[in-house]
Amino acid sequence: MKSAVVVFPGLNRDRDMIAAIEKIGGTPPAIVWHKDAELPDVDLIVIPGGFSYGDALRPGAIAARSPIMDVIRERAERGVKVLGVCNGFQILTEAGMLPGVLMRNASLRFVCREIKLKVANANTAFSNRYADGQIIRCPIAHHDGNYFADAETLQSIEDNGQVVFRYAEGTNPNGSLNDIAGITNAAGNVLGLMPHPENLIEPEHGGEDGRGIFAGLLT
Amino acid sequence: MTLRNDIEITPELVADHGLKPEEYQKILDLIGREPTFTELGIFSAMWNEHCSYKSSKKWLRTLPTSGPRVIQGPGENAGVVDIGDGQAIVFKMESHNHPSFIEPYQGAATGVGGILRDVFTMGARPVAAMNALRFGEPDHEKTRHLVSGVVAGVGGYGNSFGVPTVGGEVQFDRRYNGNILVNAFAAGLADTDKIFYSKAKGVGLPVVYLGAKTGRDGVGGATMASAEFGDDIDEKRPTVQVGDPFTEKRLLEACLELMATGAVIAIQDMGAAGLTCSAVEMGAKGDLGIELDLDTVPVREERMTAYEMMLSESQERMLMVLHPEKEAEARAIFEKWGLDFATVGKTTDDLRFRVFFEGEEVANLPIKELGDEAPEYDRPWVEPAKPAPLGELPHMDVADALLGLIGSANHASRRWVYEQYDTLIQGNSLQTPGGDAGVIRVEGHAQKALAFSSDVNPHYCEADPFEGGKQAVTECWRNLVATGAEPLAATDNLNFGNPERPEIMGQIVMAIKGIGEACRALDFPIVSGNVSLYNETNGQGILPTPTIAGVGLIEDRAKSARNAFAAEGQPILLVGAPAIWGSHMGQSAYLRDLFGRNEGPPPAVNLDHEKKAGQFVLGLIREGIATAVHDLSDGGLALGLAEMAIKGGLGATVNQLNDIDPVPTFFGEDQGRYLVTVNLDPQGDEMRALWKRAEAAGLFAPWIGVTGGDALKLGEARAISVEQLQEAYEGWFPGYMGATVN
Repeated sequence: MKSAVVVFPGLNRDRDMIAAIEKIGGTPPAIVWHKDAELPDVDLIVIPGGFSYGDALRPGAIAARSPIMDVIRERAERGVKVLGVCNGFQILTEAGMLPGVLMRNASLRFVCREIKLKVANANTAFSNRYADGQIIRCPIAHHDGNYFADAETLQSIEDNGQVVFRYAEGTNPNGSLNDIAGITNAAGNVLGLMPHPENLIEPEHGGEDGRGIFAGLLT
Repeated sequence: MTLRNDIEITPELVADHGLKPEEYQKILDLIGREPTFTELGIFSAMWNEHCSYKSSKKWLRTLPTSGPRVIQGPGENAGVVDIGDGQAIVFKMESHNHPSFIEPYQGAATGVGGILRDVFTMGARPVAAMNALRFGEPDHEKTRHLVSGVVAGVGGYGNSFGVPTVGGEVQFDRRYNGNILVNAFAAGLADTDKIFYSKAKGVGLPVVYLGAKTGRDGVGGATMASAEFGDDIDEKRPTVQVGDPFTEKRLLEACLELMATGAVIAIQDMGAAGLTCSAVEMGAKGDLGIELDLDTVPVREERMTAYEMMLSESQERMLMVLHPEKEAEARAIFEKWGLDFATVGKTTDDLRFRVFFEGEEVANLPIKELGDEAPEYDRPWVEPAKPAPLGELPHMDVADALLGLIGSANHASRRWVYEQYDTLIQGNSLQTPGGDAGVIRVEGHAQKALAFSSDVNPHYCEADPFEGGKQAVTECWRNLVATGAEPLAATDNLNFGNPERPEIMGQIVMAIKGIGEACRALDFPIVSGNVSLYNETNGQGILPTPTIAGVGLIEDRAKSARNAFAAEGQPILLVGAPAIWGSHMGQSAYLRDLFGRNEGPPPAVNLDHEKKAGQFVLGLIREGIATAVHDLSDGGLALGLAEMAIKGGLGATVNQLNDIDPVPTFFGEDQGRYLVTVNLDPQGDEMRALWKRAEAAGLFAPWIGVTGGDALKLGEARAISVEQLQEAYEGWFPGYMGATVN
């Protein structure tokens, strides 16, 4: 399984993501600078977290309109898997590759802590190492993770099983509708996830609950 | 606004630049003529307290700054300490007090930005940050606004930049009502053979400007930071800079990429007094002159004058001396990251600092006298009076006192604050805020980890600056030890009032003497630091606050310790205790936070005892005997036990001594003590062996209780459930800031 991590200026969890992919998948991902002419032929494209372009306009707004996103969109349409974490999720919604938006946290403050996630759909490439209904631990670190979509969109992503992860046990940290923490596109090959599974993959992180997402994709 | 260079120099103008008449006379003697307006600005920037340390230098020189692991002590952008395997930790702490009071978000944010830049200027990638914050009393009208803005600013910058905040301090006291303290610490990792310095080498080499463009923000900031506040404080807002962490993050990546090419001869970040300070320092240190052509400086505002460009404190800028043959390669890296790159001058051999603007020479000054030979004062000082002995001790029920303290402004959980900081980024955090010290693993190394702690008790320092200075160093050292780290070195951030008052100068002198004595005894050198004076408003000074931030090395992170009770039924030892466990109530949290009394002398620090107790505790951790360790500081045994219980979600039953007043036992602040839980049978041979070892080391390590249950019971006092402790502990901050814990 070949993977690539796409880097925009201002992203800052790229190194965490690269380390996680290498530790779990055994081989390092290709690292693609947003201006590189070519995106290598890979099975998984990852957009990591951070503050691309300093969150100018809105988080993810500028990165979403950069030329490499057209390439990523085209690959996704061909079935290549795309994972966007945190700012990566924001970029994917801004690019129109995932429905809904991520608004400022309800508290209006940045928040970094551990929360609980419930696996709402274990039947995706991103979640098949977990069981439906399983509760896992996961860290979060964001200022704009408050998921919102209009009623019709919300109904349709719920009906289609596109909601893959929800904040569980009262740990919704940001006011997201339906406790949504991670969703896929209708085809199920693009996942946006607000929490940071890459920071909980080894005993020294205090747990390995985040491994499953990568293990399912990389092996 | 356009300022000409031929403005007449009047005594008022000199005074407005923070220069005393005798300092102006020194300028006249030095250059043999009246300075130009731009030159006056340059002198003002270089000779202010913030940049020149003119009041404190004499005393700072007495601090121990070297040791077998010290690669670079004070005088560079940051200190550098060897951690083995060809790697070094590069760190410093710096204040941004005055700007943060005026404009809390940007003041704090640019404080974080400045200290991160100090670290990566030396070639190190930042891996940990801390911040020590001190605010006015909670009820003061400005305090909530300042807390909210400062915390958001620290987070806003550090989170975007991408460095984990692993520790810090937050305290409240009315003495900070008019002058809050924002002390920011950063540490980075570098290879010992790839450290970069600010000393320029070689004549005729290009001086290159990198990073963000220059604007009018922050003009005169360093001078502002060297003056007391009066009622015109709000007029100073334009002197605060505006931070852009996105640019800083790109600057970090671009600088590290550039350094890897071998193009960099010398590098200096533009912090206080911007272009002036960075150019003069690079030249003066290298015994070279510098010539600048301001027409080539990238600017973001029109019609800027030479004066404004030289004094601008626009953020995220660097100055470098480069190998000329690598210039094209260097330019390409900065263009890739979308940053400015401009050759703005050259090094010369005439030891002059010459500045050209629109074809005219606007400054021509002797560079050494501007920089490392700036004026220095031996200010008059008086030794502070020793505090009166403590009178009769007021009494309170032990359980009520504990609940009162743990739910009070200065002892409650700081979760509301640190959850606004990214504590996990980089994936190496082993202990995040809430422990005795923050701990990160050394990426790429199988066993090593680094510990960081920042400490000072300003009330101890006010009562007795010498003992208080000693105590600040020692508490920091103990906090590192409590995680299992060997303390390596420290940085000091000395915050005081107006040094022109002999009683304040006395605090500075005595605190530095105390810090020096403790650092020498504990082999804990000061490798970098910062001095912030004139923290006064309308003649009222802050509490003397010499913040000490230390770094420790854990050789094997599998053998480290946390401050949470680990398991049921484990004996609790009070390592380093005096015969009656605790006795010292002067300047205690018990008196101050429960009775409003700041009385008596602070606890004395016995450095010989500290060393023994620290070594003993390190031994217990490394041998895997200790299951939890916590340094005792303010609030004494009761608060220490409560914190371990809350963090472990586990209660304990603790004895009290017969016929001894339980208040000093549980709330005394005697130094040199650690709470240690062990996985040994209290009646077994191993425990007897442990006590023998303690005795041989000259230490008392009484077995004071046992972990277990869901409540904490202190002697005869009623048991308090861990849940109730937790509620009190976690409740204060969110309640105060008027928000729920979400």
